Amino acid sequence: MSTPAIEARDLTKTFGDITAIRDVSFGVEEGRITGLLGGNGAGKTTTISILLGLLLPSAGSVRILGCDMTRDRYRVLPLMNFSSPYVDLPHRLTVRENLKVYGELYSVERPLERIAELAERLDATALLDRRTGQLSAGQKTRVALAKALINRPRVLLLDEPTASLDPDTADWIRTYLEDYAREEKATILLASHNMAEVERLCHHVLMMRRGAIVDRGSPAELLARYGRSTLEEVFLDIARDRPPAAAS
Amino acid sequence: MTGPAATGPGAPASRFSVSGFSVSGFSGRRVMAMLRRHYYLMRGSIPRLVEMAYWPTVQMIIWGFVTQFFMGHSSWVANATGILIGAVLLWDLLFRSQIGFSMSFLEEMWSRNLGHLFVSPLRPGEFVTALMVMSLVRAVIGLMPSWVLAYLFFEFSVFSYGPGLVAFFSCLFVMGWALGLAVIALVLRYGLGAESLAWVAIFAFAPISAVYYPVASLPEWLQIVAWCTPSAYVFEGMRGVFIDGVFRTDLLLGAIAVDLVYLAIGAGLFAWSFLSARRNGRLLQMGE
Repeated sequence: MSTPAIEARDLTKTFGDITAIRDVSFGVEEGRITGLLGGNGAGKTTTISILLGLLLPSAGSVRILGCDMTRDRYRVLPLMNFSSPYVDLPHRLTVRENLKVYGELYSVERPLERIAELAERLDATALLDRRTGQLSAGQKTRVALAKALINRPRVLLLDEPTASLDPDTADWIRTYLEDYAREEKATILLASHNMAEVERLCHHVLMMRRGAIVDRGSPAELLARYGRSTLEEVFLDIARDRPPAAAS
Repeated sequence: MTGPAATGPGAPASRFSVSGFSVSGFSGRRVMAMLRRHYYLMRGSIPRLVEMAYWPTVQMIIWGFVTQFFMGHSSWVANATGILIGAVLLWDLLFRSQIGFSMSFLEEMWSRNLGHLFVSPLRPGEFVTALMVMSLVRAVIGLMPSWVLAYLFFEFSVFSYGPGLVAFFSCLFVMGWALGLAVIALVLRYGLGAESLAWVAIFAFAPISAVYYPVASLPEWLQIVAWCTPSAYVFEGMRGVFIDGVFRTDLLLGAIAVDLVYLAIGAGLFAWSFLSARRNGRLLQMGE
């Protein structure tokens, strides 16, 4: 078996007396899309922050593309990217200016070509010369995704990637992410509340509750295990602490 | 192919920098990217540019007239033309250096951009270097109008006092950066509630920097404190140039030595608070 693109081992994070996540371990194979599902406060954003190196774990380790994120973070960061509703791009800069800056930060060759290509793929060409702060929530989500893809990341971490998008645009973005993962053999980890999105996009799902991974498997495996027809029902079973046997 | 220049993990860090200079992973291209970000910000905001120049210009005009008045009423000022204007301009330079550094950092916090920046390949050293350059740029933009007006209206030019004074300028810049590092360390540690420190921190140094009076005029115990600030050496050195026409190398070396201590403390505080922010998750959450 090949080395996982993302490997988390025994991750624990405490903030004083509060344990945000405990003993979280998982691996994501290269080229696969994995969903991180869980309710509010389940530990999804904490897990993603640790994977990115923005947050140091209290215990455990993370390896991305074989690199230890504590020691070799800067060797692998050029090959990663992320988007999250918890961070913004500078509002006073235009979309093109923001993408140019991030293109340079990621040492993208021919950044203007890449920006034009991304804008076309994400239907954002008309937004390029508008100030980022003037965009609607849905437009900002698309721009954040363009920033996340500027360096053709091999590992992409997405926190609520289609939040604030209308169903049509959200569907379109999901198609793009599917195509991107297939064409670039990219590994994607996405945290989402949108069960339909996870069911459609993800090869594998990690179910989180109260800071721990409580179940995992492909969407089909989870549906079969809980005897449910949708992931939303599985999510509710897990959120309400109904074990698979009781649920079925 | 328009992807990143990096080809994969395992390569030396410096391989990721394809243009500009690159030493041990330090990338000039990433520093330039940060400068570009601030250039875009300033280009799009005339009020920001006006604000930078406004206060130094007003200060210089006031002290220019005060100097003109004292020229006829004080033999000390009459013997050292420009000493008050020079002190004001140098103090503003220190203030602008520190505020320029801190404000460039606060812009990132206000726009909730730190999370994006610190998951990019940008290293803290590159980030701080960009802040230093931006402090220089902001100081030049802010001070240039007042320096031009000082020359036009009061026939005063700091450059006419030779390269020695320029060496003292540099010491003030470094002190401003060191204080800026300490301020952003506190903001990283305590959040935006500490941002007002960016405006007021420098004024704690004003009484003991001996800007308008010699260090010797301070109480003896305070003189010891004053000699622990680079600025006291600089303003004492400035008076040496203006009054005696003598460039005091000992004062310059003193300023450099204390500057190095300040810079080390500032860098240490920044490193500590950055680590603390990574432990507490503040890099992702910070913002308005």
